[in-house]
Amino acid sequence: MSGAASEEPSGSGRRRAFWLSGRGLVSSIPYLWLLLFFLLPFAIVLKISLAEPIIAQPPFTPLFGPDGSLQATIDNFLFLLEDSLYIVAYLNSLKIAGISTLLCLLIGYPMAYGIARSPRAIRNILLLLVILPFWTSFLLRVYAWMGILRNNGLINNLLMWLGVIDQPIQMMNSDFAIYIGITYSYLPFMILPLYAALERLSPDLVEAAEDLGCRPWKAFLTITLPLSVPGIIAGSLLVFIPAVGEFVIPSLLGGPDSLMIGRVLWDEFFGNRDWPVASAVAIALLLVLVIPIMLFQRMNLRREGA
Amino acid sequence: MNSTATAAPRTSTSMTKWRKPDEVPFLRLEGVVKRFGDFAAVDGVSLDIYRKELFCLLGGSGCGKTTLLRMLAGFEQPTAGRIYLDGADITEAPPYERPINMMFQSYALFPHMSVESNVAFGLKQDGVARVEIRRRVAEALELVQLGPLAKRRPHQLSGGQRQRVALARCLVKRPKLLLLDEPLAALDKKLREHTQFELMNIQEEVGITFIVVTHDQEEAMSLSTRIAVMDRGQIAQVGTPTEIYEYPKSRFTANFIGSINFFDGKVARSEEGELTVTVPDLGRDLHVRSTRQLAIGSDVSVAVRPEKIVISRDPLDLPNSVRGKVRDLGYLGSVSVYRVELENGALIKVSAANTRHSAEREVDWDDEVYLGWRATSAVVLTE
Amino acid sequence: MRRRNWFLFSALCFGFAFLYGPILSLIVYSFNESRLVTVWSGFSTRWYGELFRDPQIIDAALLSLRIAAVNATFAVALGTLAGLAVARFGRFRGRTLFTGMIAAPLVMPEVITGLSLLLLFVTLEAAVGWPSGRGVTTITIAHITFSMAYVAVIVQSRLSTMDASVEEAALDLGARPWKVFLVITLPIIAPALVAGWLLAFTLSLDDLVIASFVSGPGASTLPMVVFSKVRLGVSPDVNALATIIVGVVTLAVIVSGWLMIRSERRRERDVQAALADRS
Repeated sequence: MSGAASEEPSGSGRRRAFWLSGRGLVSSIPYLWLLLFFLLPFAIVLKISLAEPIIAQPPFTPLFGPDGSLQATIDNFLFLLEDSLYIVAYLNSLKIAGISTLLCLLIGYPMAYGIARSPRAIRNILLLLVILPFWTSFLLRVYAWMGILRNNGLINNLLMWLGVIDQPIQMMNSDFAIYIGITYSYLPFMILPLYAALERLSPDLVEAAEDLGCRPWKAFLTITLPLSVPGIIAGSLLVFIPAVGEFVIPSLLGGPDSLMIGRVLWDEFFGNRDWPVASAVAIALLLVLVIPIMLFQRMNLRREGA
Repeated sequence: MNSTATAAPRTSTSMTKWRKPDEVPFLRLEGVVKRFGDFAAVDGVSLDIYRKELFCLLGGSGCGKTTLLRMLAGFEQPTAGRIYLDGADITEAPPYERPINMMFQSYALFPHMSVESNVAFGLKQDGVARVEIRRRVAEALELVQLGPLAKRRPHQLSGGQRQRVALARCLVKRPKLLLLDEPLAALDKKLREHTQFELMNIQEEVGITFIVVTHDQEEAMSLSTRIAVMDRGQIAQVGTPTEIYEYPKSRFTANFIGSINFFDGKVARSEEGELTVTVPDLGRDLHVRSTRQLAIGSDVSVAVRPEKIVISRDPLDLPNSVRGKVRDLGYLGSVSVYRVELENGALIKVSAANTRHSAEREVDWDDEVYLGWRATSAVVLTE
Repeated sequence: MRRRNWFLFSALCFGFAFLYGPILSLIVYSFNESRLVTVWSGFSTRWYGELFRDPQIIDAALLSLRIAAVNATFAVALGTLAGLAVARFGRFRGRTLFTGMIAAPLVMPEVITGLSLLLLFVTLEAAVGWPSGRGVTTITIAHITFSMAYVAVIVQSRLSTMDASVEEAALDLGARPWKVFLVITLPIIAPALVAGWLLAFTLSLDDLVIASFVSGPGASTLPMVVFSKVRLGVSPDVNALATIIVGVVTLAVIVSGWLMIRSERRRERDVQAALADRS
């Protein structure tokens, strides 16, 4: 299982024998699980996205009709393209996820940098403090913002008490609230990869630049920032990809016109009971995200090889 | 470039001290090749190693010595070739079935086990009785002088102590062959010298065949009974330290161990075991004692070690003598190293013991000097 | 360096205030007498009492804990095997797909995972009769699937930073590969496994979307119950619940942090002692 015989002589002959060996047996257990419960479901979603909704259990037409003919239709996908609701929702999701990622970056980068530059003893404590909110409930943390942003919530009450305003500002049920919600919830996912990348940078580099006459800000822009790009990309992918499909935050903090595709999928499924369309939405969402996901996968592979 | 144990021009009595001349080799490698893709890390190595040898694989990084060692241990499979140990073909045997043990460069002690458990591990795998294990572990720890530290964990030990645990862990299994991967690399100078002698003593005491991989020539020269110098996956030369040093067979080997000076020329005369070589821009012939039969006119290099050259302000009565000027002087305490520029512009390295106080030094910077050496002090190389 | 300090320092302060402000507000308002949550009317612990008297929440909490524990255990088992395969078994046929399937759940939007798993269960039920109806089993299976990906990443990372020559040494001394794994590798990576278990536990406990998709009648997890409550607006007993959770997590983190610091100090002392006595 461990160690011995790493590089086999070239040829797929040896590699084919892998799955018959002890190692193959060990690998097959998680492999089969993932094939069955992760990969196969996507195939099924695809299949159902090509079906029609019917009043039955399950509520969609089977792939092969009673006479054995293939029953597949792309009506659902056409429907997505026709009804502007969906396109708007997709674009809106990309926009919101993009802006939130940027906000996470703006807040998270200085934090990550600050932690990386702080004395060793405190560093672990600070990291722990960053991760701690992650261990408490995601749902409850979003809920916390409900209490802060609503019309008689914390902020409005404070501002009115201070006399700054005399009418509550509408903050809830808006895109603004969603931005705050996503940035808040995903911030740790941005900070950690950024920290990892920045921590690896030797402080000697910046000191050498300054020694050669570079001002601190310039040193940051020309030395530190470019070298931290892998961390920026990793953190951004970790925030952006799941944020596009977010459901909880838009549904609790968003308004009726802040449409995000996660909510649309949920409503199609639970509200309209239209499984084929929901599947089509999911497939379309996957297609939109396939490039970032493959980027993420490539980053992981490269990191492994390094 | 495969070579098995060769005899030097003079019969080496050093080898017969510990083995009989007609003894069967204990470990035999036949045409062992290891390829990673297109790259051949080990490119056709054949070697015979005898019982109780302390054999060294010596070479720079990338020469293939570590890959070879790992094939002996069983962590890599040869792409071609066979390996025989004590008559048995072990080429395809997995590491846990070989009567071979390896001492890793990082020591690889099990961090979650005590010194005792570490040393006992191998015996437990063999199913040895618990009472017997206790006895042999105590014995092994005594051998490496770590008895009182038996209950400690690896992180509670110093580097030298950890190494001794690693050694004990191997020896307790009484393997037929013990492999050591750069055993002295991680130690500081003082400890290195001490450990060198300890290793040699232990090896003599337990009588196990050792194979040591190292890049450090001094280590190889002082530890081993025989050395194999490796270069780019192949064996350049095998021999005792004396043979390798005094009778290198190629420029590579000559250059690799210690320092050496080369004079390139052509064979002018060959008679009665002495060669006369004409070196074009030197203006004189060099005389070398050699049993080699070389055709007149063949290209050769005459190789002379720095310590074999006599340096003096006065003319020398030696078969080989040249004139030059001292360009550089390095004072190393016990020895001085000179760089002398000859009439033809070549820079020759000469080293001489400082037999006098430095204030009474005979030869100094920019002195005109004579260099000389005997006919027996040089070697003729054709590769 | 001193010039940059004030900027970074204030960035950190702001950042942490941002991170912890909302959590603090949750806690503070949980002690608010008023039902209006954010309009302070006095100190009270009545909501904690109401929380414990609410059978819906208690049942949901117990169910969630059960599912989380089962999920974490299986996720660690599967994830360890997966991490091992990726870190130690070299290049084998299907490895790229394998690594892809392990990495993808980490970023995949939950609505997609939830929907696809539900559709799988429905199709399976129609085809082979299992699973009959959705509930605890399907939720657990779904959770295991994404949890194991996290565990696999943790295990893989730990295995690649560990000194693999220890495993080779064990092989060299006569132990077979499976034994090396059990006796040498596992004890060394054990802390990573514990971290993985805790992570999988937390992820399961916290999951709303996937559980909503694959759940069935009678199987309401804690997040599902909380979500249906807060959709309608803020509710003070939820604040109480949040405070309890934050309290438990903080306590756990402090305890584990203290334990780690203590063992670190002991190690330091041992290493110093070893260096001092160079016998």
